[in-house]
Amino acid sequence: MLECKNISKAYKSGNLETRVLKNASFKINDGEFVAIMGPSGSGKSTLMHILGALDTPTEGQYWIDGQDVSRLTDDELAVIRTKKIGFVFQSFNLLPRTSVLRNVMLPLAYAGVPTEKREEMAKSALRGAAFPEGFWNHYSNQLSGGMMQRVAIARALVNNPALILADEPTGNLDSKTGEAVLQTFQELNEKHGRTIVLITHEREVAEHARRIIQIRDGQIISDEIKK
Amino acid sequence: MPISDILHETYRALTSNKVRSSLTTLGIVIGIASVISMVSIGQGAQGVIQSSIEGLGSNLLTIFPGVVQPGRGIVSSGRGSAQSLKNEDVNILRAVEGVASVAPELSRRFQIVSQVGNNTNSTVFGVGPEYTIVKNLKLSSGVFINENQSRSLARVAVLGATAAADLFGEVDPVGKTVRIGGINFKVIGLLEAKGGAGFGGQDDAVFVPLSTMQKILVGDNYLSTVSVSVADKDLMAQVKDEVTFVLAMKHRVDPAEPDFSIISQADILGTLNQVTTTFTMFLAFVAGISLLVGGIGIMNMMLTTVTERTREIGLRKAIGAKKLDISRQFLAEALMLTFMGGLIGIILGWLISVAVSTFAGIATSVSLMAIIIAFGVCAAIGIIFGYYPARRAANLNPIEALRYE
Repeated sequence: MLECKNISKAYKSGNLETRVLKNASFKINDGEFVAIMGPSGSGKSTLMHILGALDTPTEGQYWIDGQDVSRLTDDELAVIRTKKIGFVFQSFNLLPRTSVLRNVMLPLAYAGVPTEKREEMAKSALRGAAFPEGFWNHYSNQLSGGMMQRVAIARALVNNPALILADEPTGNLDSKTGEAVLQTFQELNEKHGRTIVLITHEREVAEHARRIIQIRDGQIISDEIKK
Repeated sequence: MPISDILHETYRALTSNKVRSSLTTLGIVIGIASVISMVSIGQGAQGVIQSSIEGLGSNLLTIFPGVVQPGRGIVSSGRGSAQSLKNEDVNILRAVEGVASVAPELSRRFQIVSQVGNNTNSTVFGVGPEYTIVKNLKLSSGVFINENQSRSLARVAVLGATAAADLFGEVDPVGKTVRIGGINFKVIGLLEAKGGAGFGGQDDAVFVPLSTMQKILVGDNYLSTVSVSVADKDLMAQVKDEVTFVLAMKHRVDPAEPDFSIISQADILGTLNQVTTTFTMFLAFVAGISLLVGGIGIMNMMLTTVTERTREIGLRKAIGAKKLDISRQFLAEALMLTFMGGLIGIILGWLISVAVSTFAGIATSVSLMAIIIAFGVCAAIGIIFGYYPARRAANLNPIEALRYE
């Protein structure tokens, strides 16, 4: 479970203070599929960085599974990311000239999982992301965009995180492949009970989620749950 | 992140750009190879000099007339004109406790002509019968000057190997005659070649009785040097002090400012060792500069790598890499490059020194110490020049790194 309470983020440059996030408060329960939607410059990226424990808020509190992570140091945040969060990025961010399996196993090395367990975990994550078995030993740069994003999803799943955070996951894909990827997210949520937070600026993409939080000028303007 | 994973990542990173990795390694290879080969040449020279000095006879004190001028060193003593050593001094020296034997000598260059008409310009030494023992000389044929010949101003000569070859070629000179300064001398012996070119020069020399030298060839009774052999190596310092004292008394001078100088083999060895050590250090320093350049090459490559892989670093941080994980990974890459370079460099440097001694005839010696130091320097270079790029990578902000284009 994630809980944000009055979180704000401000950047200082010289004497000028820019508040990009203002008093955001919400809760996300386990098993939810939430889309955070807003135009560019709305503060949604900043919110995503805080939710993903890449950054800390300047004010307010943020709990992941009951642990307050809003005042942790860089290395403590790294531990939270390994254990609790799986990222899916717009530009995939796979290691080139490295096999699909190795890419998926990468987070396990940082989590300190013993070598002999890693392959099995990676394979089950790849199955979960509906990645075809025939390509497991291909280099990541030999794959199509849709396949690359599935590898990234598998990499996000491999640690059994509390939260999967997808930042514009369909931004670099054509609409058909994007649709398939979004369906994978829906399946992960419905069949496997994964908690997913999707960041997007497109209404159609956000429609795949069951709850949409809209953000504009650093403030949450609506929070609707679809029936 | 466990070490095995770091090694695997390092291997992947270095092999993904083989040309760049090998060129960077080449810088270290050249640096280490030149350090190893230069130091081996320096140490080889040191070994040769040491053994040739020791070959001149150990436990030896050499007394020169005049004062060795400070700054000109012990070896190149300007002793040409001083004539303070006389025949009478020799007997006093024989009486000093701990002295095994005393070999006075007077040397001067003469034109020497053989029966067959060959001639050479060699140093003629007027010496006594104890000279062979003190100077550690061996005869290859005939006999050396004896006591009788010394007393009776006999016109006999013993030839050094080079002088004999110059005068008589391959023929055994014993029994033949040579003319020194217009006077005929009968050759009674031939010395074995001693080698050790340049020091002492006993090979290109002719030996005649001291009395003959003084009274017939030179016409004066001073000595150019007196060699004193000491019974025991441990007595060297004591005998040196005693000899200084008695000679100063005899010459009626202050022992603190004598009109002669005494040097021991240890002094010569010490001075020459100082020279060769400086020489070796100089060579190592020059070679070290190329090693430094190699290290800068490593740093340059690592900085480029960090910039190129900014997004990868961002991703690694996003999925849970701590600062230490990132800095270790990049430090491991720098260390791997230097170790590879160091290993190849040591082998190459060793091959160069073998080649130098085989083809150029210069003695070399690759010491274990040089190899250990070279390896230590490699590790230090890897850490020093790898640290800054690694720290830079570790301190990247993951959010900015992920956005980096």
